[in-house]
Amino acid sequence: MKAPILKTLFGKAEVAPPPDIEAAALRSDRFRLEREHDWRRLEDIVVRMEKGRLRGLSDEDVLALPALYRTAASSLAVARETSLDAATLEYLDSLIQRAWFQVYGPRQGFVAWLRGFLGGGLSRSIREIWLDICIALAVMVAGTITGWLLVAQDREWYYAFVPVQFADTRVPGASREVLIESLQVEKDTQGMSAFAAFLFSNNAGVSILAFALGFAFGIPSLMLLMHNMAVLGAMLWLYADAGLTLEFAAWLSVHGTTELFAILLAGAAGMHIGRSMAFPGNRSILAAAAESGRRGAQVMVGVVLMLVAAALLEAFPRQLLGTEGRLIIGGVMLLFWLAYFFAFGRERKAEPA
Amino acid sequence: MTARAAPHLAHRARRRRDVVTPEGIALPFTVASRSARAGALLLDLTLMFVTGVAVTLTLIWIAGGLFEAVGGPGGTSGAMEFIAVFWTLFWFLLWNGYFMVMEMGPRGATFGKRAAGIRVASRDGGRLTPEAVVARNLLRDIELFLPIVFLLSAPSGEGGAAGIAAAAWFLIFLLFPFFNRDALRAGDLIAGTWVVEAPRATLAETLSTEGAAREGASALTGAEYRFGEAELAIYGEYELQTLERVLRDDRSEALESVHDAICRKIGWNPGNGDERAFLEAFYAQLRAKLESDMRFGKRKADKFS
Repeated sequence: MKAPILKTLFGKAEVAPPPDIEAAALRSDRFRLEREHDWRRLEDIVVRMEKGRLRGLSDEDVLALPALYRTAASSLAVARETSLDAATLEYLDSLIQRAWFQVYGPRQGFVAWLRGFLGGGLSRSIREIWLDICIALAVMVAGTITGWLLVAQDREWYYAFVPVQFADTRVPGASREVLIESLQVEKDTQGMSAFAAFLFSNNAGVSILAFALGFAFGIPSLMLLMHNMAVLGAMLWLYADAGLTLEFAAWLSVHGTTELFAILLAGAAGMHIGRSMAFPGNRSILAAAAESGRRGAQVMVGVVLMLVAAALLEAFPRQLLGTEGRLIIGGVMLLFWLAYFFAFGRERKAEPA
Repeated sequence: MTARAAPHLAHRARRRRDVVTPEGIALPFTVASRSARAGALLLDLTLMFVTGVAVTLTLIWIAGGLFEAVGGPGGTSGAMEFIAVFWTLFWFLLWNGYFMVMEMGPRGATFGKRAAGIRVASRDGGRLTPEAVVARNLLRDIELFLPIVFLLSAPSGEGGAAGIAAAAWFLIFLLFPFFNRDALRAGDLIAGTWVVEAPRATLAETLSTEGAAREGASALTGAEYRFGEAELAIYGEYELQTLERVLRDDRSEALESVHDAICRKIGWNPGNGDERAFLEAFYAQLRAKLESDMRFGKRKADKFS
């Protein structure tokens, strides 16, 4: 209970005295004056809710909101047929709309949403796009094999695939020692967190792009996946050629199982939108796009979280651990994601939402 | 509403959509104009840019201070690294998070949208979910930044024919709102949202409780204005609401010219100096007549009908 003195000191100036209803010459104005008090109360509640000051609302106000909203809505319906007062009509229109957004606004706070999201919402969305994940996975595998085969046939392809910043010392014909050096364990953590932050924002940018391009019927998403995996295939060939397959796999897997999985999901989410727009089934294209877009957005929030994990793994364990440690962490992460996405939260589905 | 939209509202009537809420109330929405949305976007981008530059400059200043305090590059690396991490994450969050966080709030609008009087809403009349807000904002890159990058680079001929093709392709996304009735951009399409006007009107005073509308006579001269059936039959709803605006604005030149126009039309010659009282009385009586006709189902949109 608030001290009443504070209300009078810091509250708004009192509303004008109740209007003289009998004095109104017009029937429509009398109608308005009789109901004005309720409208103003509704407006006051709505303004407070819009500002996010829910604590300031008393229980009576919260209980009264739906009733006030319905009364005002019916006032609007009557006023439209009986009143020519443009200012009142405009006011009621905007009041009803604002009240509607609050009455039917998001009921969940951010924390509640996050709990639902992590506790099953994300896993469900990912399971719902399983077909797209399979397609994206096939494309990624095909991309890796293509990269490998092309470079194995003609080394010039390596320079076509691998961007300049990766091809520093890691070029065809480099000696085994140079390649081992590039997989080396770092001595200290100097500069690692800056590196992690850079990796995260870069990878998150790429995966958002992969998702967004899915809007163009999914084709550009697939091309992006294909190209990235061809780079991987080319580098894999390079290390395999020097007999370093296991070391390279370990170096890659520590973060790669998380990061490649995230990119796979981003591409699949983008393709899901493209696919449902190309083949909407019984729904309209707009409805299909909206449904798949919301599902895709959930997956994308998960992707960004995975990329945070991937960047941390890439910066610290990858640079500081040896081959076995890297392999173990990579494998554990992969198992964790698979279990979380495909096994977790299944029983919740049976419950009514 | 009116049988025919008043001329000055015709362009708004084209953007009006009635959404039936889940409980069956028909709620009128006005789709936000493309120019209002572009203005809101420019405001938001300016705000983001200014914030970003301000934070960057502050960080540079702090880093410079650190450098001087320690007197060399050694020993500051931990703090420097923290600044670098903070800066990278800050830009990422600013660029991707600003729109999402703001639109998830109770007003459903960024600062720019609030200034333009518009907000994001769900197209089906349901509630605006966080997923929808995330989805509509994830497409901003391909709708805005990529098209601009390609458009700027295409004329130089660097990318060749592929660059020009890519520019044309992304131009489709950039211009997407111009190709549909509801001004949906690609992000709105996949999120099931649209952007509507969110006017914040305040309740104006009732006109019929004040001045000559109430007394029936001028407080200044005591003259009583009574208009006959024929004189009130000239004008319709559009003129009535124009007169309402003139009375509410209360600018003397406007009052005078409207007074002259009405007097010429109905053939009166009441002289100068008492325009407001005359117009208040005319407004109240015209509205009483039009509203009583309305109750019998007769509506007169404007003076031509």
